Amino acid sequence: MMNLTLKIWRQADAKSQGKMETFKVTEISEHMSFLEMLDVLNEQLINEGKDPVAFDHDCREGICGACSLYINGQPHGPDRAITTCQLHMRTFKDGDTIYIEPWRAKAFPVIKDLVVDRTAFDRIMQSGGYVSVNTSGNTIDANAIPIPKEDADNAFDAATCIGCGACVAACKNASAMLFVSAKVSQLALLPQGKVERQDRVLNMVEQMDKEGFGNCTNTGACSIECPKEISLENIARLNREYLMASLTK
Amino acid sequence: MTKLNSKTPDGPIAEKWTNHKNNINVVNPANKRNIDVIVVGSGLAGASAAASLAEMGYNVKNFCFQDSPRRAHSIAAQGGINAAKNYQNDGDSTYRLFYDTVKGGDYRARESNVYRLAEVSANIIDQCVAQGVPFARDYGGLLDNRSFGGVLVSRTFYAKGQTGQQLLLGAYSAMSRQINTGKVKMYNRHEMLDLVLVDGKARGIIARNLITGNIERYGAHAVVLATGGYGNVFFLSTNAMGSNVTAAWRAHRRGAYFANPCYTQIHPTCIPRSGDYQSKLTLMSESLRNDGRIWVPKEKEDAIAIREGRMKPVDLPEEKRDYYLERRYPAFGNLVPRDVASRAAKERCDAGYGVNQTGEAVYLDFTAAILRYGQERANILHIKNPSAAEIKDLGEKVIESKYGNLFQMYEKITDENPYKTPMMIYPAVHYTMGGLWVDYNLMTTIPGCYAAGEANFSDHGANRLGASALMQGLADGYFVLPYTIGDFLADDIRTGPISTDSPEFEATEKEVKERLDSLLNNKGTKSVDFFHKRLGKVMWDKVGMSRNAEGLKEALAEIRQIREEFYKDVFVPGTMHSFNPELEKAGRVADFLELGELFAKDALERPESCGGHFREESQTEEGEALRDDTNFAFVSAWEWTGDPKDSQLHKEELTFNDIELKQRSYK
Ligand SMILES: Cc1cc2nc3c(=O)[nH]c(=O)nc-3n(C[C@H](O)[C@H](O)[C@H](O)COP(=O)(O)OP(=O)(O)OC[C@H]3O[C@@H](n4cnc5c(N)ncnc54)[C@H](O)[C@@H]3O)c2cc1C
Ligand code: SF4
Ligand code: FES
Repeated sequence: MMNLTLKIWRQADAKSQGKMETFKVTEISEHMSFLEMLDVLNEQLINEGKDPVAFDHDCREGICGACSLYINGQPHGPDRAITTCQLHMRTFKDGDTIYIEPWRAKAFPVIKDLVVDRTAFDRIMQSGGYVSVNTSGNTIDANAIPIPKEDADNAFDAATCIGCGACVAACKNASAMLFVSAKVSQLALLPQGKVERQDRVLNMVEQMDKEGFGNCTNTGACSIECPKEISLENIARLNREYLMASLTK
Repeated sequence: MTKLNSKTPDGPIAEKWTNHKNNINVVNPANKRNIDVIVVGSGLAGASAAASLAEMGYNVKNFCFQDSPRRAHSIAAQGGINAAKNYQNDGDSTYRLFYDTVKGGDYRARESNVYRLAEVSANIIDQCVAQGVPFARDYGGLLDNRSFGGVLVSRTFYAKGQTGQQLLLGAYSAMSRQINTGKVKMYNRHEMLDLVLVDGKARGIIARNLITGNIERYGAHAVVLATGGYGNVFFLSTNAMGSNVTAAWRAHRRGAYFANPCYTQIHPTCIPRSGDYQSKLTLMSESLRNDGRIWVPKEKEDAIAIREGRMKPVDLPEEKRDYYLERRYPAFGNLVPRDVASRAAKERCDAGYGVNQTGEAVYLDFTAAILRYGQERANILHIKNPSAAEIKDLGEKVIESKYGNLFQMYEKITDENPYKTPMMIYPAVHYTMGGLWVDYNLMTTIPGCYAAGEANFSDHGANRLGASALMQGLADGYFVLPYTIGDFLADDIRTGPISTDSPEFEATEKEVKERLDSLLNNKGTKSVDFFHKRLGKVMWDKVGMSRNAEGLKEALAEIRQIREEFYKDVFVPGTMHSFNPELEKAGRVADFLELGELFAKDALERPESCGGHFREESQTEEGEALRDDTNFAFVSAWEWTGDPKDSQLHKEELTFNDIELKQRSYK
């Protein structure tokens, strides 16, 4: 069992000034998840008639991409290859002070406390993150085009991005390159996506710039902090795709 | 009173769907532009419906409570999606998938709907591949399959343990494309809090903008509810934290019948709970039962030694292990359907053979599969006389390629390495087969209000087979609803836009505001979670894996009691017009407290056992579920009359023309 000090960012809404506030929690089990520890804090605050700390979460198993905390200076906390909801308290020790902040990026404004607005990611996807095929069901048989296992596996790896935004939060320029490159790569690797590859990469990069994400200077922090270990090769592939498209278009 | 008319088309089962499509009304493309459709939900059912309706020309408004439609609960589905493609040439067919689903559902589903589901299933895979969904492939570049419980063929398509994610991102991308064209308007962080009826038809919704807290009105010619299942009535389940019944329940209170609320799926392979602080349970995909063997010790002493940490499971010799599923069900072994596997685990644990401290866990062991795959790989790679360690290593790699993310997830939660020591698993609430009653067109008993995906009751009877929910969600959304909705909308080509200034919108909005105000002004002393946990405990103890009349009657009284206390003593902090997650939770739990009672009442009034609904009073000598087809071959559809205890039962008789009713056997 642990007793902990929490320093948490509180901000009433997008327009208000925020600040760090200090809380204590006691008797935290090492088997709890990080979010369950925050549940304990919130239950405590509610019982005291106070406003609980707002944070995004839903699946609590590392797949929806909702949870998004900056813990002790690291997106999704100290462990590698996991989301905050998969972080367990056994990573901490009794007496620790833990700093909890929201994602910080111009393109992700704070909504309340630890909750940020990530709809910029949705808009990037809307600008081209798809194959333009109608859902009429009148497509060709799924096995008509064999896809080399290696391409299929690489496309799958890129496709596992959960859209959490940790890459942006980790990057000193708040760049969204890893996120965008994951989708561009997935679809560029598959025959179904190749038809529109040039428009796709141009449109998605343009939208990314419009949203106010920073430039990529290849520091690689994004991939290190990415809970799904999306590889930097995807950024290299995006750059090639972009160059090719810019030259031909 | 609405009469239950399933609108099942005439004719031979294999021709019903085609005939129906030829006979129903359609809206011509020019007129579709004048028609608005609200789709609530952005999971597989909602996102696919929204995309398809928009492509056809309707104006769509889509709602979800998450910050992005891509985060709908479907994202968490792991194991796979069924389709009768027969790529493995193992004798699969539309009929076989239909048969397996009806049998798996313990003969409590509507034949015609299930047949249609099987019929369109193959198309789903074509569609998804065309969208760029990266399904698993073999070395020849063709799609790979695995098996799921309750069937004897390999028809499950998958993308590692992230099939739901990949399918949902496919549907999300199709919808994103339509958002880009302006045909879908997306409202994320919006929660539907009521359905608005005008002249008896569903013509809009009242939603709360979860950022500003404003209560907003939205009108449309029809409303589709694709709002998922209600397993969270148990507090602990494998569902996402936000999954809830509010949209369906509010429609129910406005006149939509709620069908078979007590049909719940308790999934056999979940990570056992670890303490009172537990906020949710994590599923370990059923696909693991392809390769994992389930066992407990044969002797109680060994189980006790393991529980007390004096013995390790790997040290218990083969002959002292009881592979109880293989023993009891030699034909299906570890791949019996979920309800059967869950009850068998409970039976062993109740008898004292459980293997963790709580006594509520059994093993899922991959040792045999690792050796088998390792040997296979060694042969393929022409390694002569491989050492045991080499084989193990090769085998672990194969297992990793199949289930890597699940193994990682398990290790993160439990701090144990499942490649080295068997996983511990226990059943948990996972899926609700019950839901809003719908006819063959997926329309509820409210004209113009449709239900799709897990929110409806239609295809899985009393037990759902693994990998069939994803299939149903996408079938409903891509291939069924976009056509059947035309039958209703054809009357609306001259209606013009639905005004939200009408007295009906006004009155419904007022009710919503009053409901929220009363929660906020209650100023009690206990948190929403406090009541939710109490409700969950009653549901699990008395309305869970096995049920009896006495327990159910107690549950009915206890749930009412908790509901009364909730309204007296709940404390909801914050205000209406701000971002307020506690207020969101309070509204959801208030609805669970009503649904819970109807759920227990439904279970009480079905004294037979069927599928996931096990009544202790109705079992065979061997302890298997005993159905009563003479008296209970019907769908229970409940009508709201003002209080769950007075809900009125309507019966849709189930007739089976194409499948013979048999007592299910997996022996
Ligand atoms: C852990 C897990 C693993 C699973 N694995 C599999 C599998 O391998 N194969 C399989 O076939 N099935 C699986 N299932 C079941 C399957 O995932 C679900 O049944 C299915 O995805 C439900 O899809 P849906 O579209 O009906 O609803 P959901 O995906 O639950 O979506 C509901 C949507 O409704 C919205 N919503 C709800 N209420 C409101 C409201 N009041 N206002 C606004 N929006 C609202 C939500 O925001 C969300 O967008 C699994 C389930 C779980 C829990
Ligand atoms: S690339 Fe990684 S860090 Fe970035 S959004 Fe995707 S999963 Fe999150
Ligand atoms: S809550 Fe879904 S990824 Fe953490």
